[in-house]
Amino acid sequence: MKPELLFYLLVFPGFLFTAILGLTVGWIDRKVSARFQYRVGPPFLQNFNDFFKLLGKETLIVKEGAASIFIAAPFIAFAMLVLVSAIIGTALFFGISFGGDIIVVMYLLMLFSVMVILGGSASGNVYSSLGAGREIKLLLADELVFILVLLIPIIKSGYQLDLQKIIAYQEANGMMVSSVSGIIGFIFALLCIQAKMTLPPFHIPEAETEIVEGPFIEYSGPPLGFWKLNHFMMFVVFPFMLILLFWGGFNFEGIGILWSVLKYLLIVVLMIIIKNTNPRIRIDTALNFFWKYATPISLIAVILSVFGF
Amino acid sequence: MGWYNKRLAKSIWVFHVSVSPCNNCDIEILDLLTPKYDIERFGIKLVGSIRHADVLLVSGVINQKVAPKLKQIYSQAARPIFVVGVGTCPASGCCFKDSYNVVKKRDDIIPFDLIIPGCPPKPEAMIEGVAKLMGVLNA
Repeated sequence: MKPELLFYLLVFPGFLFTAILGLTVGWIDRKVSARFQYRVGPPFLQNFNDFFKLLGKETLIVKEGAASIFIAAPFIAFAMLVLVSAIIGTALFFGISFGGDIIVVMYLLMLFSVMVILGGSASGNVYSSLGAGREIKLLLADELVFILVLLIPIIKSGYQLDLQKIIAYQEANGMMVSSVSGIIGFIFALLCIQAKMTLPPFHIPEAETEIVEGPFIEYSGPPLGFWKLNHFMMFVVFPFMLILLFWGGFNFEGIGILWSVLKYLLIVVLMIIIKNTNPRIRIDTALNFFWKYATPISLIAVILSVFGF
Repeated sequence: MGWYNKRLAKSIWVFHVSVSPCNNCDIEILDLLTPKYDIERFGIKLVGSIRHADVLLVSGVINQKVAPKLKQIYSQAARPIFVVGVGTCPASGCCFKDSYNVVKKRDDIIPFDLIIPGCPPKPEAMIEGVAKLMGVLNA
C-alpha cells in the first residue's frame, strides 16, 4: 500500500480533516439554531469538549441484547464515513478517483443506516428498537429517491460513474444545477440528505420527546461520542457530495477559494434553515412524501436528463 | 485528570428526574433553557437518557415509593455522575419532613453532591449552583 493513500484516509480528506471541520460546522449549526430562537448559543469549542468528555466516560453494556454488535456498530459506521469522506474528498481536492466510486459511496452510506439499525436493535431497549424500526422505514422511504437523484448527474455527464469525470463534465459544460433536471435533483437530494442525517423535519428515528434518543438511548461513553462524531462528520460528507455532483466541485485559484467556501456554507445554512423552520412529521407522512411525490418527480427529472434538459 | 475535568466542566449534560415534586422547581428548571437565561452558553443541555448524563438533577421530596426508582436510575448512570438536588424538598424535606412516607435520610438513597435550596430556587440561584460545581471541577 502506498503511504499517500494512508494520508488521504487518515489526515487530509479523510478522518482528521472531516472530524475537525465537522465538529466546527456542528458549532455553526448549534449557534445558528440558537440565534433562531433568540438565544446566545454554545461557545466555539463546545462540540470538541463534548466529544472529549464522552471519550472519558464509562461505557455501559446492557445485559440483554448483543453486546458485540452494540459496541461495534458506532465504530463500523465511523469507518464507513471515513471511507466516504476520503473517496469524495480525493475526487474534490486532488482529482483522484476510480471507476464506479459513486456506487461505492451509495453502498457505504446505506450501510451507515444499517449500522444505526443494528446498533439500535442490539441494545434490547424498547425505545431503542422502536427507533431502529423507524430508521428502517425512513431508509426504505428515502433510498429510492436518493438513488434516482444520484442518477441525474451520472446520466447528464454521459453515463459516467466516475466522480472525477462528473467534475470534468461540469467544468466544460457548466454546473448540473443550471439545468431543469439538475434543479429538481438538487432540491430532492437536499431533502434526502435531511432524512439521511435524521435532521428535522425527518428526525423521526431519534424523536427526543417520544422515544428520547431512539437507537442511541442505551449508548454511553466513547460509543456515544462516536455516534455524535458521525453525525457531525455527515455535515461535511453530504454537502461535499452535493457540491461535487450538482455545483461543479471546488476551485482553488484566486477568488475561487472564497467561492468554494461560500458554496459549502450556503448548503450548510440551507440545511440548518430547513431544520429550524419545520416540525417533526409522522412516519406515514414521510413515506407518503417520498413515495407519492418525491419518487415520481425525481423519476421525471431522470427522464428529462436522458433527453438532455 | 485536570485536563479531563476541565472538559467535563464545559460540557455538563443533565438528566432531570422528578421524584414526587409539586412541579414548581420543574418549571423553574425549564426556565433555564429560555432565551433569557440560555444555559447552553455554558455547554449545559438537557438529555433524555440517563446513560448520556453527567448530572442527575433531582427535584421533589423523596418518599418510600420513588426511592427504589431513584436508586435504580442512579445505578444506571455512566460514571462520573454528579447528583444535584433542586429545591427545599431534597434539602430538608420542606413541610413534608414529618410525613409517614418520606425517606428520613436522603443520603441513604443516593449521595448528593450539591443542593440548591429555595422553594422554588430562582434560575439565577441554579446557575450559581452549577457554576460552583464547575468551580470544583476546574480546581
